[in-house]
Amino acid sequence: MWAYIVRRLVQALFILFIITLLTFLLTHYSSDPMAQYATKQGMTAADREALRHSLGLDQPVFPNQYFKWLGLALQGNLGLSFFSKQPVLLMIQQRLPMTLILMGTAEVFIIGISLVLGLVAAVKQYSFTDNLITSLSFVGYSMPIFFIALGCIEIFAVEFKLWGLPYLPTGADIWNPKDPIQMARHLVLPVFCLVAIQTAGYSRFLRSSILEVLGLDYVRTARAKGLSNRSVLFKHALRNAVLPFVTIIGLDIPFLLGGALVTESVFSWPGMGRLFWEYAERGDYPVVLGVLLLTSSAVVLFTIIVDVAYTVVDPRIRLD
Amino acid sequence: MTVNPTISEPSVSAVDFVREETREALTPGQLVWRRFRKHRMALTGAVGVILLFLFIIGGSIIISETQANSTDLVNRLTGPSSEHWFGTDSVGRDVFFRIIYGGQISLFIGILAVALEVTLGILIGGVAAYYGGWVDALLMRFTEAMLSIPSLFLLIVLAKFIGRNVAQVTIFGRTFSGSIGIVILVIGITSWMYLARIVRANVLSLKQLDYISASRALGGSDSRIFFSHLVPNTLGPIIVSATLGLASAILTEAYVSFLGLGVQQPTSTWGNMMQQAQSFLIRGAWWMWVFPSLFIVFTILCINLMGDGLRDAFDPRSSKNI
Repeated sequence: MWAYIVRRLVQALFILFIITLLTFLLTHYSSDPMAQYATKQGMTAADREALRHSLGLDQPVFPNQYFKWLGLALQGNLGLSFFSKQPVLLMIQQRLPMTLILMGTAEVFIIGISLVLGLVAAVKQYSFTDNLITSLSFVGYSMPIFFIALGCIEIFAVEFKLWGLPYLPTGADIWNPKDPIQMARHLVLPVFCLVAIQTAGYSRFLRSSILEVLGLDYVRTARAKGLSNRSVLFKHALRNAVLPFVTIIGLDIPFLLGGALVTESVFSWPGMGRLFWEYAERGDYPVVLGVLLLTSSAVVLFTIIVDVAYTVVDPRIRLD
Repeated sequence: MTVNPTISEPSVSAVDFVREETREALTPGQLVWRRFRKHRMALTGAVGVILLFLFIIGGSIIISETQANSTDLVNRLTGPSSEHWFGTDSVGRDVFFRIIYGGQISLFIGILAVALEVTLGILIGGVAAYYGGWVDALLMRFTEAMLSIPSLFLLIVLAKFIGRNVAQVTIFGRTFSGSIGIVILVIGITSWMYLARIVRANVLSLKQLDYISASRALGGSDSRIFFSHLVPNTLGPIIVSATLGLASAILTEAYVSFLGLGVQQPTSTWGNMMQQAQSFLIRGAWWMWVFPSLFIVFTILCINLMGDGLRDAFDPRSSKNI
């Protein structure tokens, strides 16, 4: 067990090395952050060169710039943003809570609703309810999130306002995140969109894993003993069926840190996804790399945690 | 065909079973087709995909690309009417015409991106499994690294990296924005990872089998064993993930274009039509985004249904979704 964990951790370090090197090279060979100063008044070519030098951009990207960045990052210093001149770590610290509020709220609804839908669909297999849930989840699964997002804005913000009904804000207006009521109003639409899209995949997954377990011999034994349907389902079947479901949730959770780029952009939610997008557009590598480093380290770490936790929950699985 | 007379109401499966017993052996392809045919949802999806192709090809024969790109500033942002079925966009182009041509590009991008994805997936997964050892370790760590970066983030970083200045290209007398090639590359390069894992797992178990040793003993080269023995035998899962991959490639194109990193105007795709529509949302121009979105949803739904059917057809034991 411990040997396994150590081996996985060593692999994880190697994976993170590949990720940082890959993203570092990709970002540093794309757009030139100096380009925005090209037309700036009162700035000569010599000034630009001086700035380039002071930012360390005149050194070779690999290995000099990369290892300098990596060394600082390992000490918790992700550098300064080229544009806002703020420490990247501070910018992430400001955005992360907002993303956690959005994604956390959405995730609670997603898990709850897909549990109910998956359970109902599996228990009433091939009934009208099951067909309805399955069809709807197929549609939800095939839908780009901005379709729902634009639809929600159209109906609940634009039309409701025209009709004089109480309408929901779209995020285009300025609002104060410290006010819980404003926050809740701004949460409704993005959370609804995320839930509508994500629930589809999860409930389909849960439905099939419950059906698989319900077909096993030990469930038949439990029924043969004369146990009630409820007790067979909740005490016997669900426990095993929920295991793979918990695993995929566990594997998806670190991705929540990255936020929902499209949803955050459409609804102007000041989260990590939008931070990444805004600064990627400007070619501000320190911010882009900081966000990438944080999310992918979380993903790599969570994968190991989920794998190890799985052996604790399910003793049939042995690590080797 | 005889049905046991003691069974009063023979179920469909019982009849089929007898039928299958009495006929001569079927090829694997026939077996797959037979199971696919019985999958009602999958057939619906396949019919939908065929209709969509007919619509896009037929539409582009009737309506010229010049018509689809012609602007009419007097009739800009008009709603659906008998003249413009799906309304007009912000510079007065007909949304219905642009959906036809946008669909062509979206499907074209999807198909080529999947071709790239499948090529990369087979090569990386296959080489990793076939050679094993440090090659395997290195390639699989690389695969995991790619999987650990949130896919949209990776897509954006890569699009920024490849997409700087690209010239327009002219193929068959039609001019396309060079950004189409970039979008294909970006989607292909960011989506091969799952396929590579599937191929690797399959090749790992296949290469232990006797017929591979036999082929090697007969002097078969590595590439011959790989391409004429290992790849054909793992074709089922490859076809299934290529089909589902087509759906997600079209969806990804929509996301990339929606973010403004995709295909540039005047070439239309369903994704960049949506992006354009976003700025006119407040002015109530709903037809600009509703119709392209419905086409996206319809296409992806049909392809996904087909992919699900194919999965069941290739592996009758598996009923797993996702």
